[in-house]
Amino acid sequence: MSADGQGSSHWFDDEAGPVVRPYAMTRGRTTSAAQHRLDLIAVVVTEPHADDPEDDPTLSPEHVDIVGLCRDSSQTVAELAAELDLPIGVVRVLVGDLVASELVHVNRPVPPAELPDESILRDVINGLRAL
Amino acid sequence: MIFGRSERGKPPVEPVTLKILVAGGFGVGKTTLVGAVSEIRPLRTEELLTEAGRPVDDTSGVEAKNTTTVAMDFGRITLREDLVLYLFGTPGQERFWFMWDELSEGALGAVVLADTRRLEDCFAAVDYFERRSIPFLVGVNCFDDAARYPAEDVRRALDLDDHVPLVMCDARDREAVKEVLIGVVQHAMAQASERRAAVTT
Repeated sequence: MSADGQGSSHWFDDEAGPVVRPYAMTRGRTTSAAQHRLDLIAVVVTEPHADDPEDDPTLSPEHVDIVGLCRDSSQTVAELAAELDLPIGVVRVLVGDLVASELVHVNRPVPPAELPDESILRDVINGLRAL
Repeated sequence: MIFGRSERGKPPVEPVTLKILVAGGFGVGKTTLVGAVSEIRPLRTEELLTEAGRPVDDTSGVEAKNTTTVAMDFGRITLREDLVLYLFGTPGQERFWFMWDELSEGALGAVVLADTRRLEDCFAAVDYFERRSIPFLVGVNCFDDAARYPAEDVRRALDLDDHVPLVMCDARDREAVKEVLIGVVQHAMAQASERRAAVTT
């Protein structure tokens, strides 16, 4: 991902740790409204009309990063957290914001207590065999 | 509706995602197992433990440290373009149980990795999945320098229910790990059909 010059002039290195406390990116919020907890494997997909999130002054650079990452291929919450090096809780809040502003949508995995279809399980077994 | 530049490319595939947990004591080879089959180098996600974790997180002596990081390694196996399996290594320390609750929600099943030299390290995980009726399989990671025991002995030492599968494996070996994962899914299928039968009768 291109940093577009921003952040290329860091005078500190990774050893310094995050300069901004993680939840500062969420303005201190630890949950997002209207959004129950996103599973680690919930799939985040950028909406086709989310064209120039950079121009939206209400979005933080991290919001823009998420919109960009999920445009070419969908990403799970866990993958976003690893890619952006942010705690899962922070990613959840940021994704919640983006869902609220209709820039991304989220596909939830099969709900708990409701095992996936037997045919899917069979596909998993066959897929593993074929690896 | 504004479509903007959306015609540039196809919309991304939105796959069905599934997860299997990999549990067991510290240093038993969870991340090794994940790495043996994952198409990506195991990634690390982190969660911060702050207020919520305070009652159980004993920070006496290090009071200045008020956040703790719980790390989880995970890997990915794309079975089909629209079907992706994730493997999550659970955090080893028992004080991170709350993370297990969230990890196990919606999980297909679990692998409990055991080391015969420190069998007691996996008791907590066995107990956890048993109580929540999450289908699991015990994989005995056969370390090169550990004595081999018959499966029956290990099973008895763990006090495993008869229906819980137990297999010997090498967490470094891709084929062995594939078999372990297939075993988990088969066990999950069997348990689901049993449950279905119990509901309908």
